[in-house]
Amino acid sequence: MSWFQRLRASLGKARDSFTAVQNLGRAKAPLTEAFWDDLEDLLIMGDFGVPTTAKILEGLRTVAKQEAWKTTDQPVARFHKDVERFLTLPGGELHLTGTPAVVLVVGVNGSGKTTTIGKLAARLHDEGKRVLLVAGDTFRAAATEQLSIWADRSKSEIVRGNEGADPASVVFDGVAAGKARNVDVILIDTAGRLQTKANLMEELKKIRRVIERELGRAPDETLLVVDGTTGQNAISQAKLFHEATQLTGVVVTKLDSTAKGGVLVAIVDELEIPIKFIGLGETVDALRPFHPAEFTAALFEDAPDSLSV
Amino acid sequence: MFDQLSDRLNAIFSRLTGRGKLSESDVNEALREVRVALLEADVSLAAAKQFVNGVKEKAIGENVLESLTPAQTIVKIVHDDLVELLGGAQARLQFSDAPPSVIMLVGLQGSGKTTQAGKLALRLKEQGRRTLLVAADVYRPAAIAQLQTLGKQIDLPVFEEGAGDPVKIARDGVNEAKRLGLSTVIVDTAGRLEIDDALMVELEKIKAAVNPKEILFVADAMTGQAATQVAKGFNDRLGITGVVLTKMDGDTRGGAALSIFKETGAPIKFVGVGEKLSALEPFYPDRLAQRILGMGDVLTLIEKTQSLYTEEQAKKLEQKLQKNSFTLDDFLEQMRQMKKIGSMADIMKMIPGLSRALPKDFDIPEKEVKRVEAIISSMTRAERRNPSILNGSRRKRIAFGSGTAVSDVNKLIKNFEGAQKMMKQLGGMKGGKRPRLPAGAFR
Repeated sequence: MSWFQRLRASLGKARDSFTAVQNLGRAKAPLTEAFWDDLEDLLIMGDFGVPTTAKILEGLRTVAKQEAWKTTDQPVARFHKDVERFLTLPGGELHLTGTPAVVLVVGVNGSGKTTTIGKLAARLHDEGKRVLLVAGDTFRAAATEQLSIWADRSKSEIVRGNEGADPASVVFDGVAAGKARNVDVILIDTAGRLQTKANLMEELKKIRRVIERELGRAPDETLLVVDGTTGQNAISQAKLFHEATQLTGVVVTKLDSTAKGGVLVAIVDELEIPIKFIGLGETVDALRPFHPAEFTAALFEDAPDSLSV
Repeated sequence: MFDQLSDRLNAIFSRLTGRGKLSESDVNEALREVRVALLEADVSLAAAKQFVNGVKEKAIGENVLESLTPAQTIVKIVHDDLVELLGGAQARLQFSDAPPSVIMLVGLQGSGKTTQAGKLALRLKEQGRRTLLVAADVYRPAAIAQLQTLGKQIDLPVFEEGAGDPVKIARDGVNEAKRLGLSTVIVDTAGRLEIDDALMVELEKIKAAVNPKEILFVADAMTGQAATQVAKGFNDRLGITGVVLTKMDGDTRGGAALSIFKETGAPIKFVGVGEKLSALEPFYPDRLAQRILGMGDVLTLIEKTQSLYTEEQAKKLEQKLQKNSFTLDDFLEQMRQMKKIGSMADIMKMIPGLSRALPKDFDIPEKEVKRVEAIISSMTRAERRNPSILNGSRRKRIAFGSGTAVSDVNKLIKNFEGAQKMMKQLGGMKGGKRPRLPAGAFR
C-alpha cells in the first residue's frame, strides 16, 4: 500500500465529514438555504469550529452570488480548494540548519510529545543524523523512563535528570552535552502542561531562555504537539503556547482515530502556524511530514491517486 | 472550568433580562446564540440542537412570554435542562458487596488513565479503602514504571507481571488483592482506539475475567466532536458505568462533558482538576450548571473550606459570606489556605454574583499572593477589620513594612472593596436565590 493509500485509509473517521460534504455536491441539487445549513452542520461536526466555518461559508456564499451558481457541486468543488488553500502556509518543512540543530517540543498533557520525539528521532537517525534526546519532563512519573526506551529504539543518545529536578537545568545539561558531543540534532522533551497554567508557562519560557543563552540563537524549531481528537481548545493551546515559546510548527497526533480533520484547518486559519507533521498510528513510521495537497486529496474521496508523490 | 461557555451564556441572558417584555423573536434570537455558544464549546451538534429545542418547547409550554419575568424563567429552564444534560443527580462510585471491588479504567491514548488510577486510589485511601493498582498497560513504554512511581507516592501496592498478557495480569491482580485482603482493585489498561477491534476484544476479555463493578471511561475534557463517538464506541463494547473527565482545570469549554451522558447514559463521576494527585473531584451536575450560568457554587466552596476548617469555622465563614462581614483577616486566611483549595479565581467563582463581576483573566499568580500576604500582615488588627481607616500615612507605613509600594497597598484595598461590594449586593438578594444547604451537609 502506498503512503497515500495508507493516509486515506488511516483518515477513516476524519474523512467522514468530508465525504458527507462530497455527497452534498454529488447530488448536484439546486442550491438552496437548506444546502448551506447542511454544510454548516457538517463543518461544525468536523471540528472546523464556529469562526472558521463562518469564514468558509461566507466566502463560498459570496462567490456563489457573484458567479450565479445554480447547483450544489459548484460550492463543494470550491470548498475542496478552499481547504487546501487554508492549510497551505509557507515554511511547512522541518528546518534543521543549526549545528547542533535544536528542536523544542511542547504541548498539553497526553498529547503525545514523548512518542512524537521517539518517532522523530528514529526518522532523523534513518537519515543518518546523530540525535540526542533531552528528558526535560521531570514531573510526570516515569516520563524519563519512557523517553529512555525511545532512545534505545531509535538508537539515539539521551541526557536525563532526576525526577523532580529543575527541567531548565536538565535542558541546560542537554544542550551543553549536545554541543560537546557534536551531535546533529537535539530533541528536547518537556512536561505536558495546560496552557492556562501561568507558572508552568513561565517555566517553559525559562527553558527557552536557557536554550537561547546556550546556543546564542533561538531553537531551530519549537513544535506544539496537539492531540487530533482535540476540539476547539486546540486554538487556545496554539495561541497560548505560541505566546510563551514562539512556535514554528504544529504536530497533530492520533489522526488515525476518531479525530475530525477540521481542527487542523481551524488552527492554521486562526493562528497561521504551519502544520509540520501528522501522526497516523502507533508504528514508528506513522509520523509523516504534512503536505497540504496530499492531505486534502486524502480527505476528499474522489481525489485521483496521481496526486500522491 | 467552563469559563468561556459561562461568559457567553451570561452575556446572552443578561441582554435578555435587560429587556423586560420579550417577543418571540427575542427568545429565538437568544436561543440561536445559545446554540452557537454550545457548539463553540464542542458540545456535539446533536446534543446542542436537542438542548435548544427542548428549552424552546418548555418555554412555549410554560407560556414564558406571558410571565412577569420571562428572562428569569428562561434562565431557569436552561438551568434545569443543563442539570439534566449533565446527568441529573450526582452519581457515586459503586462497590461490590464481596471484596475486592474491581474498577477498570479504559479510554483513548493520552486521556489520563494512569494518572487517574493514582488519583482515584488516593481518594479511596482517604475514605479508608485499601487499593491494589494493577498495571495492565503492557504496550506504552514505561507505563508500568509510571504506575509504580504513583503507587510509591501514595504508598499503595502495585501489581505487575511485566509485558505479559493483560487479561492474565488483571486476573492475577484480583487474586493478589484477595490474598492481601484489600478492598479495591484498580485495573489500569492501555490506551486504545474504540475502532481497534483486536484491542477492544482484549478489554472485553479483561472484563469477563475480573467482573468489574465499575468500568470508568476516562475522557480528555478538551476532546472535540469526536467525544460522543468514542464514548459510544467504548460503551457499546463494554457497557461503561461512568466517566472521568480529565484536564478540566484548563480553559476547555468542556462540551464533551455536556454530550457524553446524553449519548451513553453513563454519568460523569469524577473530574480531574489539576496536576496534583489530590486534584480529583466528584462531579455534581447541579453545581456545575449553577457555575456555568454564573450563579456561583457556595456548596462546593463550603465543602472545600470544610475540609480545611472545623465545622465551627466553616459555619462562621458561611455566615460571614451572607452577612458581608468578610474582613481582610478572612481574606488573608483564605489566601493562606489557597494552595490547598485551588486558585483564588476558583474560589471567587464559587461565590454567587462574583463570578460574573470578575475580569476575564482574573487570576493571582504566586508572587502576587505573597505580596498580598505581606501587605495584610503589615496592618494592625483594627486596620484589617476596618480598612476604611487606612489614610495616607497608614498606607505609607504598611507599604514600608511590607516592602511594597503605596500603589500596591491601594490596589489591594480597592480590590478588596470591590469584592466586599459584590457581597453586599448578594446580601440584598432574596434568600431563595441562594442554593440551600441540604440536610446533613455538616455531618
